[in-house]
Amino acid sequence: MAKFLLKRLLALVGILFLVSLGIFMLVHLLPGDPTTTILGPNNTEHNRAVLMQQLGLDKPIWSQYFLWLGNILHGNLGQSFITHQTVTSTLANAFPIDLELIIISQIVGLGVAIPLAIASAKKPNGILDRVSTTTSFAMLALPPFIIIVFAVLIFSIHFHVFPGPGSYVPFTENPVSNLHTMILPSLVLAIGSVVIYFRLLRGDLISTLQEEFIVMARSKGLSDRYIMWRHALRPSSLSLLAAAGLNIGGLIAGAFVVEFLLAIPGLGYSLVNSIQQVDYLAVQGITLFVAVVVVILNFIIDFLFTIVDPRIARE
Amino acid sequence: MSSTIDAAEDAAVESQAIVPTRKRKALGKVFWISVIWIGIVFLLAIVASWIGLEDPNNGDFALINAGPSWSHPFGTDDLGRDILSRVIYGARVSLIVGFGAMAIGMALGGTLGMVAAYRRGAVDTLVSAASYVMLAFPALVAVIAIVAFWGHEIWKITIIVGIASTPLVYRVIRAATLSYATRDFVTAAKAQGATDTRILTRELLPNVLPTVISYFLIGVATVIILEGALAFLGLSVPAPTASWGNMINESRTYLSDNPWLALFPSLAMFLFLIALNLVGDTLRQSFDVQESKL
Repeated sequence: MAKFLLKRLLALVGILFLVSLGIFMLVHLLPGDPTTTILGPNNTEHNRAVLMQQLGLDKPIWSQYFLWLGNILHGNLGQSFITHQTVTSTLANAFPIDLELIIISQIVGLGVAIPLAIASAKKPNGILDRVSTTTSFAMLALPPFIIIVFAVLIFSIHFHVFPGPGSYVPFTENPVSNLHTMILPSLVLAIGSVVIYFRLLRGDLISTLQEEFIVMARSKGLSDRYIMWRHALRPSSLSLLAAAGLNIGGLIAGAFVVEFLLAIPGLGYSLVNSIQQVDYLAVQGITLFVAVVVVILNFIIDFLFTIVDPRIARE
Repeated sequence: MSSTIDAAEDAAVESQAIVPTRKRKALGKVFWISVIWIGIVFLLAIVASWIGLEDPNNGDFALINAGPSWSHPFGTDDLGRDILSRVIYGARVSLIVGFGAMAIGMALGGTLGMVAAYRRGAVDTLVSAASYVMLAFPALVAVIAIVAFWGHEIWKITIIVGIASTPLVYRVIRAATLSYATRDFVTAAKAQGATDTRILTRELLPNVLPTVISYFLIGVATVIILEGALAFLGLSVPAPTASWGNMINESRTYLSDNPWLALFPSLAMFLFLIALNLVGDTLRQSFDVQESKL
């Protein structure tokens, strides 16, 4: 187990190294002299000198990379020449918002998908099963940026149930109106997760329910409910965990989209803003942060696997 | 990362394998309607300039945000441009990026996947590791970052999205090839002295082709969604070029005045995506792609 964990940790470090290298190289995709592009209208003699020194542009590319990496490891992701905010403070303000969106959406998503999958799997090809399978297939063709537009149109503009774009209130200021604004985007995010989890779990359950140990449990006279929750659902926890892991990227993309429409100042909104303001250091910092979070989350999920199913570590 | 993805692949496989499916049957009406619809979208996108549509980029300023009428069946947008015309011209972007990027993804990921599955060994280990690294990164974020630094031209977006789709294609094709690479007919071909290239193209490719075709369409749908999200964030092909994603983005400001502006491009995208998914899914079932081997 320890050896397995060590191997995985080494892989993690390797992946983080490659990811950071890739994001570092982004600046070199900029046409012409990077300082001119990064500074934009703030291209003064002084700013130039500061940036040259900050990025180490007079040094060879490898020492530039390690200079950059060293700064990051000290928590210094650079300071924007446009907003004069440090990238770290932007991240500290924005990240909790995404976290809130994603957590609410996952609670709702699992809360809907699990009962729905159970009910559908009980009677495969029954009415409920056919309706929910068809609906979920159609939902695959409805990306979050379409759903959120119509959700806002219907629930904010027409029925005034939820606040519209630009009404975000920080949780620390007013938790109630914060939640009120966050419900609609979280629900939209949840829809995508429901579709993924439902399709997976339904299929999983239908095949598990045909297994011999279920027949055995039935013949022992155990109740359907007990069999479903204790015997059938259990083996599916693994695939659900895996789906959740693969879903992280989609969730972040979805969060970016709903934030953008509702002007909720999370990571996605900040990222798009930074791009519009040609704030390359912020773009680089946010991208790096998201990448590292996703890689580490995947690592944790991977690790959870070995706890749920120790056979993986012995492969 | 590997066990997460493997388990997800297994799970995806099982979810398809189980349901007591009826025996192989005709492709069905829905399938053919979808095929015809995809064909119509293609045709309209190609002939858009010759069928007397209004100029998609120059509007009538006297008639802005108008609802559907005889002269403008889908209404007009905030600049008085004809929405029907923009929806039809907009299909071009989705089609070029969708099919172009998937072609790149298939060429790169497919070739690598087949070679890796056939040769195994160090090549396989290396490329598979690289694919996990790329899969660990959320595609939209990677694409946003590269587009921000590199530029928004349609060919750049096609290339970036194509490369972003490579690792997934690689995994699917590698898995499909793997189930054939050790079969007797491959061994027989080797024994007869066939070259590796010949085995790959003449023995393995025909067997992997069903997977390639059915997966291709579903991949195109995924890529169109990715480009749509990028456009929705205002980071894809720049204005005034019409694209479904751009139009949905432009509709944000006028949601209460002109919901038609959001409705028609969304509907176009939804119907096209569902047709792609339906055709891809039906082909996969009818080819009986052995997903349990993936």
